[in-house]
Amino acid sequence: MTDSPRIQLRDFCGFRSGDKGDISDIALFAYDDDGYKLILREVTSGRVKQHFGSFVQGDVLRYEVPNVLALNFVMRRALGGGGPSSLRSDNLGKTLGGALVRMEIDTKGLALPRLRPRSDVQWAEKTLATLMPESDNWDT
Amino acid sequence: MSVRLGGGQGFYGDTPRAVEGLLADGIDYLCLEALAELTLAILAKDRARDETLGYTRDLPRYLTAAIPAVIDGSTKIITNAGGINPRAAAHAAIETAKRMGVSGLKIATVLGDDLMPRLNELQAATSSRLSNMDTGASYADAGTDPLIAAAYLGAFPIADALSQGADIVITGRVADAALFLGPLIHEYGWAKDDWNQLAAGVLVGHLLECSGQVAGGNFSGDWWTIPEPWKLPYPIATVDSDGSAIISKPSGSGGRVDLDTVRHQLLYEVHDPSAYLSPDVVADFGSAIFEDLGDNRVAVRDVRGKPATGTYKALIAQHAGWSGETRVAFAWPDAVEKSRATAAIFTRRVEMAGLQVREWCFEEWGVNALGGPTVPQLASGIEPPECVLRVAWRCDDERTASAVGRELIPLALSAPPAGLAGMGRATGGGATELISLWPTLVDKHLVDSEVRIIMETS
Repeated sequence: MTDSPRIQLRDFCGFRSGDKGDISDIALFAYDDDGYKLILREVTSGRVKQHFGSFVQGDVLRYEVPNVLALNFVMRRALGGGGPSSLRSDNLGKTLGGALVRMEIDTKGLALPRLRPRSDVQWAEKTLATLMPESDNWDT
Repeated sequence: MSVRLGGGQGFYGDTPRAVEGLLADGIDYLCLEALAELTLAILAKDRARDETLGYTRDLPRYLTAAIPAVIDGSTKIITNAGGINPRAAAHAAIETAKRMGVSGLKIATVLGDDLMPRLNELQAATSSRLSNMDTGASYADAGTDPLIAAAYLGAFPIADALSQGADIVITGRVADAALFLGPLIHEYGWAKDDWNQLAAGVLVGHLLECSGQVAGGNFSGDWWTIPEPWKLPYPIATVDSDGSAIISKPSGSGGRVDLDTVRHQLLYEVHDPSAYLSPDVVADFGSAIFEDLGDNRVAVRDVRGKPATGTYKALIAQHAGWSGETRVAFAWPDAVEKSRATAAIFTRRVEMAGLQVREWCFEEWGVNALGGPTVPQLASGIEPPECVLRVAWRCDDERTASAVGRELIPLALSAPPAGLAGMGRATGGGATELISLWPTLVDKHLVDSEVRIIMETS
């Protein structure tokens, strides 16, 4: 739906997230200048704070990193107390980058970025089929 | 002339197998990063049991793989595997050399990061008063006694140890990137105010310190196209005297080094990329210019640095209670409803048993356990085919945390239908200790005065 004014970050951005204490750090990467302009306008710290709701108790800071077409988000009080004392499954926030690119944004007035392909893993099923030739567990 | 650094370890528990590829490709320094934020607290438990422990116990396996290259003069080893007991790690290194029939290795130990014996003195003397650098909270309100307290030292003691002829340098807590910056300072004679060079060294160290993460590991781009991910390489940096560098990987390995994999690691856990705080310099990662040279080689240059701050970051770990955890799987129909009902029944039973729980965490795996509020509500009438209820709890003491877990067991026959109960990380229902981290700042001169290098020969 390339003519849609709304687009999900996962279709044109990469991400990596990590932790320092109770802070979650998420880097969001565009793949071309159009994508960078879009996230610069749309993915504000306020929007990110709202997106994560009760997961993020503190404030969200945003840093622009144009040399690698990226934004970096620093979210405070975001990990249920911090890695070794948090009760969450994802106590280090490793999956929060993925949760960020669930966000949908408005593209109105800006050029659409080049969309990224969806995953297409060829080698996993081949490898697993040699181990479990009769299995249909991995059919998609 | 250039210096080749290899990132051979990214955490305590990483695989020493990767070292082989790095050594075969030729590296001047093998840098092994073993200490995540929590690791020192884990090592403190080891040392409490046994005075000769307190370092990362996979060190001998790494040394066994790498010592042959040290003996033939091609490589030196830098590691923070010393944890909270670097002297014990040095003794383990000497034992390892002895087992291999090797003698004459010079092993340096860097001491001075351990702040535990001096916390009261430091609280009075340091300008931060040890207040929490994230929350601003006063250390007086921090609560329980600390388990460990350590400053992140910089790269200059490592460079000093190398200048004194060390073949193996073992440290406790140092900034991760310092393991890589140290040998560059030693080789190129960078001064304490060569801010741009120091920043370049920090950037290189930052790219390499998480081993496979710069070479296609944990990569959100087109991850499925990463070649032979089961042979993911550990990275190499070839660094020139001005700090410009080429990031690459051993020949014949899997994985990939390109602009996308490199920038993923560049921004990993850095907070403000234009002011990445390290003990030796404030590095501006936003100033770096990257160029993809093809063939799994990425060049980086023009990194700028600003003067270092007057403080070291330090981390104080404290006991934070005990947790238990359990998981119960439910299948369609009504998988989510059954999960919630079971959580409610479980908590009522715990309450009736008189067990005090300070904090509960309820998650529905398969629904929104990981994505939380970012996951859209399921449309009316749409049911997930299965759901795993995960419940975790925090209690003041170990006995209570274990007792809470036992309240789940009778639910196998007396709860909503067909839950498959299994205990989670608390195997067998046992409790695990929780630890809170208190980040703070300590004036450098108060720490530097205690830094020492001890040289031993195997």
